[in-house]
Amino acid sequence: MDGYYAFMLVATALVLMMTVPALALFYGGMSRSKSVLNMMMMSYVAAAIVGILYVAVGWSMGWSGDGTLFADPVDLLWLDGVATGDYVYVMFQMTFAIITVALISGAVADRMKFSAWVVFVPLWALVVYFPMAHMVFSCTDDSLICGRIGAQDYAGGTAVHINAGVAALVLVLLLGKRIGWPKDQMRPHNLTLTMLGAGLLWFGWYGFNVGSIVFAGEEGEAFTERFISETGRTFANTTLATFAAILGWLLVERLLHGKATSLGAASGIVAGLVAITPAAGAVDLGGAVAIGLAAGALCAWAVGLKFRLGFDDSLDVVGVHLVGGVVGTLLIGVFSTSEGAGGVDGLLYGGGLGSLGAQALGVLVAVVFSGVLTAVIGLALRLTIGLRLDAEDEVDGIDLAEHGETAYDLHSASSSGATGVLATSTVPASTPPRTTTTGSTSSEGVNA
Amino acid sequence: MKLVTAVIKPHRWEDVREALETFGVAGMTVSEVSGYGRQKGHTEVYRGAEYDVALVPKIRIEIVVDDADAEDVVGIVVKTAQTGRIGDGKVWVTHVESVVRVRTGEQDASAL
Repeated sequence: MDGYYAFMLVATALVLMMTVPALALFYGGMSRSKSVLNMMMMSYVAAAIVGILYVAVGWSMGWSGDGTLFADPVDLLWLDGVATGDYVYVMFQMTFAIITVALISGAVADRMKFSAWVVFVPLWALVVYFPMAHMVFSCTDDSLICGRIGAQDYAGGTAVHINAGVAALVLVLLLGKRIGWPKDQMRPHNLTLTMLGAGLLWFGWYGFNVGSIVFAGEEGEAFTERFISETGRTFANTTLATFAAILGWLLVERLLHGKATSLGAASGIVAGLVAITPAAGAVDLGGAVAIGLAAGALCAWAVGLKFRLGFDDSLDVVGVHLVGGVVGTLLIGVFSTSEGAGGVDGLLYGGGLGSLGAQALGVLVAVVFSGVLTAVIGLALRLTIGLRLDAEDEVDGIDLAEHGETAYDLHSASSSGATGVLATSTVPASTPPRTTTTGSTSSEGVNA
Repeated sequence: MKLVTAVIKPHRWEDVREALETFGVAGMTVSEVSGYGRQKGHTEVYRGAEYDVALVPKIRIEIVVDDADAEDVVGIVVKTAQTGRIGDGKVWVTHVESVVRVRTGEQDASAL
């Protein structure tokens, strides 16, 4: 028991680290140099807002009792009636709410008003995430996805990744494309940040997946036995799926585009972790590798869809989190074993189509719930305070426009020349030269 | 006097410098620059999206030499910087009106 509590404190800190700073670094490196600070700020401010809101009503909506969509929102208001000995569970769930909201930010890079994000974040958490967390994680008898449908979701394939992925897609459609997309250069400005962020996400994910163990009232020896055997399984599955997804992504990339890239490896890490999130407790090692490979390969292909379908999901939240989340959640229906946490056999182990059906229904509910409610919130904001940054501010750079800062001093004498500004000043071959990448600092350049 | 300006591939820079030193060139100005010629940059792929990067990194060398040495210096640069592939760069020679050494005020040939 003592060991479990100690572990949960560490796991909670690990999951908070996934947002601040891991996700911020992962996204920040992929964004342009003129918008990296805003990209990172969206994660940081989401943590602050959602964290306080979660303690206020989030825990109560999720865990105060039964309910199809959510429990009593005011019963445990501001943790009234929750023992401090249980705070660690509140904090753990809080970090899940935080990262789910922060994940969305990657889709809206460069162009969403900071004020609109600050209003969107609490509304979305309240209306979409808190109910979804109840439906999936509280797993009361009436809770829709876990209790009624009986879909397995160990750590949040539906509640976190599908949820954030769908919300990202809806928000992108309401917000529109960035100016110049897809014709202009919008290369990642610093892939070392992205590699670092992906590695930290992976590290934090052990808190996310392994910490998601739920007990069924075991005590004493039985408790310890369950704790040790299940965390061993989820830790190993999380690790192997990620390895497989790196290879899957790189393989597809090598075949489709000729080169295995560092961004591909970083993206493979995240795709694999996303896909194994719902399945970490349900599958054996072979299943984990299969799910990781499938997620890596499918996501590597899916990130290209935005160009064909014409939606500017800037940092591929849809291609990685929605697709990876769906892959992992559905494949539970194939690779789940009755020895796992859910005690259900999937298609491959003679369990028939029952599990697959429940998983598919769980996915459908998550997609529809998140899609419809995000659209309502997004539309309401677009019609009132507005979502979109002013066009001139967008071209000059959102860091300067919204935060009054620039991330890098690219105009000092020591960094001029090919290793400094000019090397990143790129233009599409087909259009006249314009300083896309250095746009944010051009006004300084004139004065310097 | 002549100003020899050479724009070459970065990976040939060390060899060119050595050859010029062996020849006896007293000094030069070197900068990292970006640009493009016939090769028109290169392509980079990020998550499947191809980007044409128009500007590629180059090294620019500027040397002021006696009229008599200009042809030899150009020859050395061309010989050592050449790989035979597109993007090797260019060398050009321009006339220099006068040169002053800042430290001493010496002029022209004695300032080189």
